[in-house]
Amino acid sequence: MQKKRLVSILAVASVAALILAGCSSGSDSASNSGVPKVDMMKELGAGEGQVNLVAWAGYVENGSTDPNVDWVTGFEKETGCKVNVKTGSTSDDMVALMKTGEYDVVSASGDASLRLIYGGDVAPVNTDLIPNYADIFDNLKMQQWNSVDGVAYGIPHGRGANLLAYRTDIVKPAPTSWASVFDVNSPYKGKITAYDSPIYIADAALYLMETKPELGIKYPYALDQTQFDAAVEVLKAQKPLIGEYWGDYLKHVASLKSGGTVLGTTWQVNINLAKGEGTKVEGIKPAGGSTGWSDTWMVSSKAKNPNCAYMWMNHIASPAANAGVAEWFGEAPSNAKSCALTADKNHCTTFHAADDAYWADVYYWNTATEACLDGRTDVKCVPYSEWVKAWSSLRNS
Amino acid sequence: MLHSLSTYLHKKPRLRLVALLTTPVLWLVIAYLGALAMLLVTAFFTIDSFTGNVIQQFNLGNFHDMLTDAAYKNVVLRTLGIAISVTFLCTVLAIPMAFYMAKIARPKSQKILVALVLTPLWASYLVKIYAWRTMLEPGNGVLDWLLGPIGIHSPGFGGPAIIIGLSYLWLPYMILPIYAGLERLPNNLLDASGDLGAHNFYTFRKVILPLIFPSLVAGSMFTFSLSLGDYITAQIIGGKLQMLGNVVYQNFSINLPFAATIAMIPVSIMALYLYLVRRTGALASM
Repeated sequence: MQKKRLVSILAVASVAALILAGCSSGSDSASNSGVPKVDMMKELGAGEGQVNLVAWAGYVENGSTDPNVDWVTGFEKETGCKVNVKTGSTSDDMVALMKTGEYDVVSASGDASLRLIYGGDVAPVNTDLIPNYADIFDNLKMQQWNSVDGVAYGIPHGRGANLLAYRTDIVKPAPTSWASVFDVNSPYKGKITAYDSPIYIADAALYLMETKPELGIKYPYALDQTQFDAAVEVLKAQKPLIGEYWGDYLKHVASLKSGGTVLGTTWQVNINLAKGEGTKVEGIKPAGGSTGWSDTWMVSSKAKNPNCAYMWMNHIASPAANAGVAEWFGEAPSNAKSCALTADKNHCTTFHAADDAYWADVYYWNTATEACLDGRTDVKCVPYSEWVKAWSSLRNS
Repeated sequence: MLHSLSTYLHKKPRLRLVALLTTPVLWLVIAYLGALAMLLVTAFFTIDSFTGNVIQQFNLGNFHDMLTDAAYKNVVLRTLGIAISVTFLCTVLAIPMAFYMAKIARPKSQKILVALVLTPLWASYLVKIYAWRTMLEPGNGVLDWLLGPIGIHSPGFGGPAIIIGLSYLWLPYMILPIYAGLERLPNNLLDASGDLGAHNFYTFRKVILPLIFPSLVAGSMFTFSLSLGDYITAQIIGGKLQMLGNVVYQNFSINLPFAATIAMIPVSIMALYLYLVRRTGALASM
């Protein structure tokens, strides 16, 4: 009796498996040749009443974090588009969320944007429908992470560097380089943090660029196998120093506040939040440069609220909103007119909005591919999917 | 109307059965077995290395990656170790507690004790784990503040913290079945054992333990399987330590097929566990 039942359960399960396999083999599989054809919006219609965003923490503020920080409520009143936001904690998160097709707009960093474009998850953007596009800094437009073959795929949002955070009351003397988070004899062992994403491998590569010039790393997102292995070794050696890897920014801020974390990589917005809660913490861009990001607002190819999506992209690129978000997050704005509207008149100077020399040693997040991004053709580089595997292996060993 | 329907159904037992069982059977096949089958099928797919789109082609690469990388063997062993420790700790804590509730406490306080055991289940999982985060915080947490003066320090975030947190969470699921088992145990068996000269521990080992064994198994199925699949506790108080659930969580957004492959591990372990439990015959007497 028991055996019979087991057999019948197995039979049902295998039938179900066959049905599922049959269903799925009909759909098209992804091709790797070029960008999938997605239509661009021709003209703007009436708003749909809502828009669903995937954004970095601090990019969409409606006054609930800080009553004075709000560039959403006005937009909702003006356009009638209610803004729903889902915070992504890593670029991988954002790519996965956009693949669900439930979101209209995403604020994608350079290590997500190309994957989204080639995956057919985002549509080309008709910049004629976005009046504020005209005021965006020219050197942010039509870059390799936000356009393909002369077609714009998004509206530049702003840029910044990943910072080295330290508790000023605990870490003495103040750190000056990324070496402080990789020093195996660090007195802060167990209280150092790192960003919990495969992209953090680039931070180790950046550190090697300075400390091991013989490896010949020119660009931290173009690593051949030897260079990649060296970077992973650095991270393995770093692991005993780490107390917690951070992905959830709120937990990270709480950890900085409690002293569980005293040193490690962070974003300016986390420093601002921790300071707001009375934590003695500072963030610096060390001398050797930093990894960083240059973000782009992109619209989903499956957007259910495309009109509100365009209205949002125009709004967030407007001088006032762009100034607001740049100041709150602590990054350089993308709209040239924003600089006149920041509360701190020196904001654009502090964050080097138009200072190209400053950005020379900031390596914006990018997706590693087999064809080396630094132009080398004599070797194959390690693609991002291998970065993911190496990171998963490192985290679980 | 209702009356005539019930008379009609009364005459047709077969139709009655169909009407009664269609929904649950559909639910079981589609939602439960369907999801499992989907998991199994996805485990054999792969992804486009650049866009991350799932490519639906039969492929054993995920299993190869999982079996050749020592990191995943470690994480399986670590997770098993944690699940076994949690089950052991829960058993050790639950037996005396349940024994007191069932055999020693007066009937009135028995009910109160059962209610007290159940109370933690009313609070949110997250609230409880964040509470443990504040307690275990090394240096300035509640544990260090309370026990520091007598030389006991918080284990900090990591394996021990996860075991403590999970044991705390799942303890009621162990106490209740043991309590139910002990309640059914006739008192005169214990008296008889004592009259025949057995010491307390001998009675426990030879009389109580064999009789409540099915309850122990029932409790362990909860504590073991819940610990095996957990990832939130590890995220909040595990420091940099990861369990199987974390691997799945980490990969499902980037590499869904690999996450499915990893997810097959706890499923297989649980299937094996249930098979072993069935062999002992504990399921039949539950």
